[in-house]
Amino acid sequence: MRSRKKFAGFLIGVGSLLLGLGLVSVVPSSAAAPLVIPVQGVAQGGTADHSQFEILQGPFATGPEVTAACLTCHTRAAQHIMQTTHWTWEQKVNDQLLGKNNVVNNFCIALSSNEPRCTSCHIGYGYKDKTFDFTKETNVDCLVCHDTTGTYKKFPAGAGHPVYEAREFPVGSGKMWNPPDLALVAQNVGKTSRATCGACHFSGGGGDAVKHGDLDTSLINPDRQFDIHMAADGLNFTCATCHNAVDHNIAGGRYVMQAKDTHGVDILGRDDQNRASCESCHGLTPHRTDAKLNEHVARVACETCHIPALARGDQPTKMWWDWSEAGKMNTEGAPFKIKDAEGYDIYDTQKGEFAWERNVVPEYVWFNGEIDHMVIGRQIDPTHPVVINALKGSADDDKARIWPVKAFRARQPYDPNTNLLIIPNLFPNSPEDKEAYWRSYDWIAAASTGMASVNQPFSGEVAFVESVMYWPQTHMVAPKEQALACEACHSTNGRLAALTDFYMPGRLQHEGLNTFGTVLVGVVLLGVIGHGAARLILRKNNKKS
Amino acid sequence: MKYTKRTFIYPIFERFWHWSQAALIITLGLTGFEIHGTYRLVGFGNAVSIHNTAAILLLVLVAFTIFWHFATGQWKQYVPTTQKLGAVIRYYAIGIFKHEPHPVRRTRYTKLNPLQKLVYLGFKLLIFPIMATTGLLYMFSNTLGIPISPIAFLHVLGAFLLISFFVTHLYIVLTTGRTPLTHLKPMITGWEALEEDDHAAPQAAPEPSAD
Repeated sequence: MRSRKKFAGFLIGVGSLLLGLGLVSVVPSSAAAPLVIPVQGVAQGGTADHSQFEILQGPFATGPEVTAACLTCHTRAAQHIMQTTHWTWEQKVNDQLLGKNNVVNNFCIALSSNEPRCTSCHIGYGYKDKTFDFTKETNVDCLVCHDTTGTYKKFPAGAGHPVYEAREFPVGSGKMWNPPDLALVAQNVGKTSRATCGACHFSGGGGDAVKHGDLDTSLINPDRQFDIHMAADGLNFTCATCHNAVDHNIAGGRYVMQAKDTHGVDILGRDDQNRASCESCHGLTPHRTDAKLNEHVARVACETCHIPALARGDQPTKMWWDWSEAGKMNTEGAPFKIKDAEGYDIYDTQKGEFAWERNVVPEYVWFNGEIDHMVIGRQIDPTHPVVINALKGSADDDKARIWPVKAFRARQPYDPNTNLLIIPNLFPNSPEDKEAYWRSYDWIAAASTGMASVNQPFSGEVAFVESVMYWPQTHMVAPKEQALACEACHSTNGRLAALTDFYMPGRLQHEGLNTFGTVLVGVVLLGVIGHGAARLILRKNNKKS
Repeated sequence: MKYTKRTFIYPIFERFWHWSQAALIITLGLTGFEIHGTYRLVGFGNAVSIHNTAAILLLVLVAFTIFWHFATGQWKQYVPTTQKLGAVIRYYAIGIFKHEPHPVRRTRYTKLNPLQKLVYLGFKLLIFPIMATTGLLYMFSNTLGIPISPIAFLHVLGAFLLISFFVTHLYIVLTTGRTPLTHLKPMITGWEALEEDDHAAPQAAPEPSAD
């Protein structure tokens, strides 16, 4: 009996131990259940099934016909769009008139005289030259943002239209562009997605990953390691989760940036209703356990530590573009391309020489949100690299923080007699356009028509000047495990070595003080050693005597 | 007539204060110069954590110690005097080489000679407040919007002065006794063999508590 009781007690003991272990193993796993955050995704319902609408049954011959149908219900949508820079390509900032219509860059340089190619990313139909009617509502392209089928694509040289009959682009490449089924697309409209925004924004500069350094097609279906917010297996944010729209006006943008959000978490009915900053969700003291890290927020942008590299995805980004090398012909006298081992162009007769890189350590600058843009007609100083967009700010500026940037460097044409950057006519915008560089390979001809199109003088001479354009990095935020460690900056020759206008612990500054201190301690040391030695010697002498 | 007498000179709190303060200041010095960038020891991030923790512990210790000084009246030990100050300076400059006796006799009522009083008072009223103030400003400079450069300058300057003090302190403690332990041991056990006149009597300074 007794032994049986003992055995029963043993069983109960083992049982409760196992139960206890079970509980222990169950509790944390239930606590670690995935966070469910409602996100704006690809049309996940909504209350209207657009395929039921009679007006969307088609057939539609053109994009504007679809827009006309959309506007029968969404009567004010075009008016909304027309207020935005997506439509106007013009934005007045302080005393500068900016926007794609007015700025110069160091990729394909400028819009004017190249419209049909550049405007394949305009949110409209038919912006093929300066005669475009910015007031015609059916010129708005609803589908490029609201397509959910992935079949609607603007034709690269179509001034914003898709193809309506099959066409080849680039000509001679064998790559055919087939017309989309506009009725199908119209019946399947929905919210914007990473793919729809990315259709233009991932291809800035004329191709995937070329321009931004933090935006490319890797973001269509990213994993957690690559983008903690957009991860398809994680939070699954779309662009609009942060770049929220009010009346089709999208928050965020590059001409005026919020380099330091002092609002913290945005609250409805208050604040700026602009979620396009880290602080909008993470607040002003985002680090839960480390007060010293929160202390950094005042002077260091979140992106500086949390975006450890440019082009963290599958695609390398373009880092260098030398227009002065353009125009070489192969042995048969024809234009040619040279590709690197991965298939990226490193030479193109039309464009010159390129360099591509991935996982690039960013450059770092003080930035207060103000940008001084190079605009058409401003003179340059050709003895220095031209700064296309000077990011303002310094250590002494309270509004400035340290930001990571992609510094895109190029060599681009300018007029050595007027010191104006040349706006070249690159793209043959009609069959009669014989001057365009990509047909003539003649800089003088391309510059003449390009400069004339913006009413700027051209002396007839073309030279090349180095230039740099800064792209503040905000996307491709890494998971926190990959954030930079202290030593990345707090060390001699760390990442901030180029920013010398302030004291930063860890990089041995205050040279004079260091010398003084070393000498002081040295003198004291020598002093006590000398003092001690003298005592020893004198004591021996005393003993002897 | 003189004789030596084993005397209880350092009560437990004073010893605890001395050694914990020493440990904290050495830790602060080692990590502090790593933070400044002079060398790499435990890594910048670790150095900052250790430095900040040690700094806060030191502030707490000092708060208790200030209370102790006033509660026990021991603050009077640090009242500066010029009496025999010249003699002490002369002793370290000349007398010590001739094997002269120290001009000031230590008692449990006057633990510090006039030079020590001056140096330690300077430490308490000048170096420590400067280090604590600049240290706290350093910790919160970004949020407060204060330029860090002059703060760091003063903080590092103070550190260099402390090293100089530390070197001199060690030299005197370890080499001026009969053996290196002569002056070290009392700070561990509390007891020291002191020379006394047979008619020595308590004067202005109060008796240290023996707890």
